[in-house]
Amino acid sequence: MHMSDGLLNAPVSVAFLVIAALGVGFALVKARADLDDRTAPMAGLVATFIFAVQMINFPILPGASGHLLGGALAAILVGPYVGALCVTIVLVVQALLFADGGLTALGANVTNMALIGTATGFLVAVALRKVAEKGKGGLAVVAFVSAFVNTLFAATGFVVEYAIGGAGGVEIGKVALLMWGLHALIGIGEGLITAVTVTSVASIRPDLVHLLKGSRKPLEVRS
Amino acid sequence: MKKFFIGFAFVSLLIAGVLSYFASGDPDGLDKTVEDTGIAEHAQEHPFSGSTFADYALGGDDKFTGFAGVLGVVVVLALSFGLFWVLRKKSDAR
Repeated sequence: MHMSDGLLNAPVSVAFLVIAALGVGFALVKARADLDDRTAPMAGLVATFIFAVQMINFPILPGASGHLLGGALAAILVGPYVGALCVTIVLVVQALLFADGGLTALGANVTNMALIGTATGFLVAVALRKVAEKGKGGLAVVAFVSAFVNTLFAATGFVVEYAIGGAGGVEIGKVALLMWGLHALIGIGEGLITAVTVTSVASIRPDLVHLLKGSRKPLEVRS
Repeated sequence: MKKFFIGFAFVSLLIAGVLSYFASGDPDGLDKTVEDTGIAEHAQEHPFSGSTFADYALGGDDKFTGFAGVLGVVVVLALSFGLFWVLRKKSDAR
């Protein structure tokens, strides 16, 4: 979902660079409270895992693929603020080192995947926290649903940005329909990857799952 | 504790270094959207498209995708671990 430069006009690109900078700045301030000697290394590993899994495009239709965005995954494991930073680091490295995602488009890409994706994924996960605390099945369902929603909302981010200042003047309804249709399918993949990842971590180290912090009934630890 | 972290890092290395060869080469949802609507005609060449590791390859040769993936894993791990370690609250219990 990394857009190239030129898809959005210059003022909109700059506006979203500013929005992304403000959002990431806010996350930097708030992330401190969620980082300690135990969660800091975990957060580094979550960012690394998201980078790795984003390399794996999975087929969704003949001629179209999708890849993990990682917002809900990061938010459930390390919290929304640290999670947004994880996805941001991945996007910056991809744009600078691998020429994946434009430079003027970086603000919009960070806004969609790191800010919108993580925030919406986290809000859904928190709303369903009671289900997640019921056990591994509940956690898997919550992870799936929040990841599905984060994919659709991140896609909506692009639709909104294109509506405000996209190049080419394509009818917005057409863009929205394609984006939502394709990302509903990608969201299923995102949901499955997120559910498998989160429940795997929860089976080995439930204490490292941010969403379950303070849970009355911690998931049983298998050793 | 250490075992879990090493395992997690190893899984990422395996995905980026090996599984990456099996990734679909088809456009992703956004690329497909901009291609089918013609928006993609306005896309500009990436300023770093000629750089060494552009498109997760080595000098344009995607036989080295796994290598680029491993490099990316190391870079992301170093940057993120560094940032989060600096940001963390110091705890007295270790």
